[in-house]
Amino acid sequence: MLDVLLGSWQFFLIGQYPNGPVGGLALTIALSVLGLVLSFPFSILIALARTSPMAIFRVPALVLVYAVRGIPLIMLIFWAYFVVPLIVGRAVPGFTTMVCTLVVYESVYLSDVIRAGIQALPAGQTEAARSLGLSYLRTVWYVIMPQALYNMVPGMVSQFVSIIKETSLASVISVHELTYSANQINASLLTKPLQVYLILALTYFVLCFALSSLARYLENRVTRKRNVTLVRLLEPGATAA
Amino acid sequence: MSFDLSAVVAGAYSSRLLDGLQITLWLTGVSWLLAYALGTVLAVAYMANNRIVRGMVFVYVEFHRNVPLLVLILLWYFGVFTLAPGWLASWTNGPGSEFRASAFAIGLCMAAYVAEDIRSGVRSLPVGQNEAARALGLSYLQSATWVILPQAVRIAIPLLVNRAIIFFKGSALAMTVGVAELTYVTREIENATFRTFEAYLIATGIYVAISLLIMAVGAMIEHRFAIGSR
Repeated sequence: MLDVLLGSWQFFLIGQYPNGPVGGLALTIALSVLGLVLSFPFSILIALARTSPMAIFRVPALVLVYAVRGIPLIMLIFWAYFVVPLIVGRAVPGFTTMVCTLVVYESVYLSDVIRAGIQALPAGQTEAARSLGLSYLRTVWYVIMPQALYNMVPGMVSQFVSIIKETSLASVISVHELTYSANQINASLLTKPLQVYLILALTYFVLCFALSSLARYLENRVTRKRNVTLVRLLEPGATAA
Repeated sequence: MSFDLSAVVAGAYSSRLLDGLQITLWLTGVSWLLAYALGTVLAVAYMANNRIVRGMVFVYVEFHRNVPLLVLILLWYFGVFTLAPGWLASWTNGPGSEFRASAFAIGLCMAAYVAEDIRSGVRSLPVGQNEAARALGLSYLQSATWVILPQAVRIAIPLLVNRAIIFFKGSALAMTVGVAELTYVTREIENATFRTFEAYLIATGIYVAISLLIMAVGAMIEHRFAIGSR
């Protein structure tokens, strides 16, 4: 296993980079970060639509969420592969296709994290803000979101882990990310499949385990902090234990 | 080329689609069975007061939760099954081995999540439940089987149903190693007819319908077995 690693660690990390396009782990991380960042605004919109009192927003959001939840990601990738070039009117690289797929898929899953963050806030927050004369949008922007975002951080980190794992499917449409690199290395070595795929699995594991441990740590912190705040609110003068 | 759904379900294509659906359902069923059985065992093992056992379960669960399912399928199919010893070789390398490797990979991965779901059900029970059971003279396994698990699993039903849907969708990944399940067949029909939109539409419809069905059945089970419903 060590000789495989020594022979091709560079290919695992950056693909063919100096002599070709960037690939490997670097591309996996680029895909995941882009996927998270670009799906974030959409997920807020979906979450707001699902918590909206108006059915015109709530129902379409609900339909979208249930539809995307029922479709395998790989099916969605094939859809994007077919639909995105039709929309933009020219051929599109696999990287873009995968980012588009991730944005659609992850906005839906991320919207659940955000919705949970919003609904974890006491209803009194909205009511107080509205009765102070703030408009709906101002209430969301100045009162709800700052608090909800803080509660959401651990959930977002674990969603990022999911995104990293989902980018492995980009190898199916020949994006040169980590899994694709491993497939190529396996094809060139030919006799060491177990070693190559174990290295691949362990690479994902190290990255994702570090991030999910971070998520767990943040979760504990957020929970503790929220409980302390709650105690302070309930009993003025109570000391935070 | 106008929209024509009949082109992709005409003649042999509809029976190909049904074959694909059947394989998807088999793959899902086998991996679910494996996952729920092993997941329960893992959850019970984790409840034990034994650091070595707990450590082993922790490593198993974290490994499977932090590695993509696709990579696990590739690892089982290309890495493990091809290197199986001679007496196993006909089973691991013969016809149908891609199905078996995928079922293993999906089932073992899902087991880690199921164990985690049941464990969170266990955690939400008061400690007194176990203490009372043990004080009444039940052994560790009896307490787990008759007192803790029946309550914990019922609490965990929503999580378990969600998991079932995620891994039903995950069965589509088996197409990457050549299992002729629904997505694979859809791609074949699309290649043969060039009716991409219609072919994908049908497959997507089937996936969404089955996912909704699982949700509905899950809600029914949840309602039927809710604690205090009888």
